[in-house]
Amino acid sequence: MGLVFVNGQLMGKVSDLEGLRKEIIENRRKGRLPKHLNVYLLDDRDELHINIDGGRVLRPLIVVKDGKSLLTDELKEKLAKGEITWKDLFDKGILEFLDADEEDNAYVAVSEKDLTPEHTHLELDPATILGIEASLLPFPEKNRGDRLNYGSRMVVQASGIYLKNFLIRDDTASQLLVYPELPMAETQTVEATGLATHPSGQNLVIAVLSYEGYNIEDALIVNKASLERGMGRSYFMRTYVTEARKYWGGQEDIIAIPTSDIRGLRPEKSYSKLSEEGIINVEEYADSEDVLVAKISPIRFIGIQEELRIGISNKRDNSVVVRKGEEGIVEKVILTENENGEKIIKVTVREYKVPEIGDKFATRHGQKGVIGMIVPEEDMPFTKDGIKPDIIINPHAIPSRMTVGQLLEIVAGKAGALMGKRIDATAFKGDEKEIREMLKQAGFRDDGREVLYDGKTGKKLEAQILIGITYYQRLYHLVSHKMHARSRGKVTLLTKQPTEGRSKEGGLRFGEMEKDCLIAHGAAMALKERFSSDKYKFYVCKSCGVIAYENKNKGRLECPVCKGSEVKEVEMSYAFKLLLDELLSMMIYPRIEVK
Amino acid sequence: MAKKSTAKQSKAEVEGSNVLMLPPKYQNLKGKALEEALKRYEKMRYEYGEAVGVVAAQSISEPATQITLRAYHAAGRVQLVTTKGLPRLIEIFDAKKEPKTPSMTIYLEKDYNTAEKAHEIASKIKETSLKDVMEYDAIDLAEMVLEIKLNEEKLKNHFLDVNAVKNALSKSMATAEFEIKDDTTIIAKPKAKHYGIKDLQLMRTKLRDRHVKGIRGIKQILIEKDGEEWKITTLGSNLKKVLDLKGVDKKRTYTNNIFEVAEVLGIEAARNLIIKEALNTLREQGVDTDVRHIMLVADIMTHTGSIQAIGRYGVAGSKASVLARANFEETVKHLTKAAFKGERDMLTSVVENVIIGNAVPVGTGMIKVKYKD
Repeated sequence: MGLVFVNGQLMGKVSDLEGLRKEIIENRRKGRLPKHLNVYLLDDRDELHINIDGGRVLRPLIVVKDGKSLLTDELKEKLAKGEITWKDLFDKGILEFLDADEEDNAYVAVSEKDLTPEHTHLELDPATILGIEASLLPFPEKNRGDRLNYGSRMVVQASGIYLKNFLIRDDTASQLLVYPELPMAETQTVEATGLATHPSGQNLVIAVLSYEGYNIEDALIVNKASLERGMGRSYFMRTYVTEARKYWGGQEDIIAIPTSDIRGLRPEKSYSKLSEEGIINVEEYADSEDVLVAKISPIRFIGIQEELRIGISNKRDNSVVVRKGEEGIVEKVILTENENGEKIIKVTVREYKVPEIGDKFATRHGQKGVIGMIVPEEDMPFTKDGIKPDIIINPHAIPSRMTVGQLLEIVAGKAGALMGKRIDATAFKGDEKEIREMLKQAGFRDDGREVLYDGKTGKKLEAQILIGITYYQRLYHLVSHKMHARSRGKVTLLTKQPTEGRSKEGGLRFGEMEKDCLIAHGAAMALKERFSSDKYKFYVCKSCGVIAYENKNKGRLECPVCKGSEVKEVEMSYAFKLLLDELLSMMIYPRIEVK
Repeated sequence: MAKKSTAKQSKAEVEGSNVLMLPPKYQNLKGKALEEALKRYEKMRYEYGEAVGVVAAQSISEPATQITLRAYHAAGRVQLVTTKGLPRLIEIFDAKKEPKTPSMTIYLEKDYNTAEKAHEIASKIKETSLKDVMEYDAIDLAEMVLEIKLNEEKLKNHFLDVNAVKNALSKSMATAEFEIKDDTTIIAKPKAKHYGIKDLQLMRTKLRDRHVKGIRGIKQILIEKDGEEWKITTLGSNLKKVLDLKGVDKKRTYTNNIFEVAEVLGIEAARNLIIKEALNTLREQGVDTDVRHIMLVADIMTHTGSIQAIGRYGVAGSKASVLARANFEETVKHLTKAAFKGERDMLTSVVENVIIGNAVPVGTGMIKVKYKD
């Protein structure tokens, strides 16, 4: 006797759960029940769960009976000829969809030769044990699992053609590779998922050797001529959005070039590229901090002091400017309206990004690195045929990470390029022998190694060097978006301490633990200097311990409590003075005792 | 004796010497070697103004980030599983009243150092409750009594007999009467004149957990031969009771329960135990921290005479400076308290000076330059 649940709701009791389960499955295979109905027996709890709700991920499997796949060779042939379709196979109950729950009751064989009478299902292909992300990687079965993980995580960050309608889209930020290529060694999944039309990298000639030590710690040596030929170039697009709002009280934002009586006016040069309407023209070059859309807004708070100033209107400049450190050409301008009838202006700026030292690249095997040096082509090592690598990677990247798949991809890419044929690198499909045979036929060593000559001296390198072709992705982490330094600069209003973050030109925090290190070294003066970013001088009453103020009438410093003028100058961090003030506001009276 | 005399000799060789301050294994050195050792020892000593506390804290906490958080479980091995690694280290420095796995290592005196005696002592130590030696207990409805049938073999294993069990039970439950029926059966009934089945039932469940023999708190026992010597490792600790037993070597018997040691042997012993336990825990994980850092921590934890934890409710919470306390944890609590009491911060220590932006009284901040006129 067991309980039956449908979509998680208790429906009733049934004496023979196993029988019911079999019956349901049989009827589903015969087409009497929906294909997406799944049934799942919880043996230990005597419960049968029937699921027909949405949101379950289903996957197709071949039904196995008595240790034999129902998808016979005969059917496969028919399928190839187009006499039957996949849909027919589902209708006939040869293939079926399982959800995660029903999978628990199934015993799935990975390949046909593993089949035993106990098996209930067979994978369509051994490669389908991998998810989409992992099956995009070449030769995954030859890499360690964690590398696949890293690899597929970085595929996501690669710039390429992310969507084909990018020209009419207005993403906040996106990056497009200029000359994307399909990989030399590719998996079938790429084709099947349609990603073949969205390539995200380039096939580069790589050599595995050391070069002047500038490729330590996974850095890459890049051939300057390759960069000049367009390797890894990309467009970085950023869309700036602004709205002309209407405010309470009849005030509104105005899109127009501000006149000189507007507060917070920028230098005239910033507005020079705008059209008469106050919006920048398409294909106009905009430098960092140039105005894209000139907007005049009403001021937020009217302070007492400011109100008295004559000759300045109650408007402020609220223009949209290109982010600091970025520049580019205006790609497009979109003018539209929101639901309240207010004007929305979107300006997309495109910037051409040529790889530079510090930009990040990665293969599909979790081997990432930044450019460490850009070398003139004449200094790069070359083979007897005059082939010079685009990229030199460090041999130390290989042994500890055990990315054998990458080595194989180098060899496969080379073989494919020589024979003019793309190589299938689907999981459990790649044929190493075939690849080696191809290389031999082309007159190369079958391990992909070659004699290389030093580009500077022309001398033969002592060891033979692995040189071949690998698919490299340019990741969207660009140095130009990250580089940051500061000596003195902006401070926050409240604490007078330096601001935080690159966008605010902030400082790097010297934190609690860093402080402890200076203490441990006994470097008291260095510590004092570090923490003096907000040092502040003020006067303290000698008898009351409160902060004195300047009495302009009497022309002296005065204690607010005793009105005496016995004060002493002290220097403290402003943040601490702020704490004392806050305590005062809470009716706590902290006193500073001075000698 | 010979060793001592050499030590004295070499001591005399060096004038105004600090020989006794050297680690014991270097005290026997002579002549130039001793001089060198002393010189190096002097060099290794901390100087005035050195931030020993911060260095100690960093020396312990930095390696602690590297040791695995997970304590290993040796499944299936004849071994008592004790807390190890980071959890144990936290336990020590947080001064937890009861360790997660209290454990004792009991050494035996020379005359008791045989397998038999070791087993006998072990049986005296291990907490045995009635259910451990019982075959079954049943309520006799006709007589309205509780019949407890003991297992002969189990009794023998625990070095017990019916009498002993009966005595133990009547001692522990004064409200019931016990009678011996035969060699393995005890009849029990409540002393009260009127009682029902309910009372019997209650008595039955209560009696099962009554302790018949052994020392309370000692749940598991493992008898091992370590070289020539027999030793008993236990799970559960009760130092006071174990030390009372005959045959137990009182000098070497060891527990990892710091509070128990503080109570039985005094705070100095507890300090030593903190050092030993912390050091062992770190060494087990392959961390080579200098003892002196741990010694400092142990001193700080015990210098008040009772064990204080490192943390909010212990050492850090009893700092003299308001600002230093407010800087650590529970800022509002400390500030309000200080406001109530009208506390005064003398700005004598490190943190408060960092807060107000002064030079800290450590290292170069300890000295002042005096100009010649």
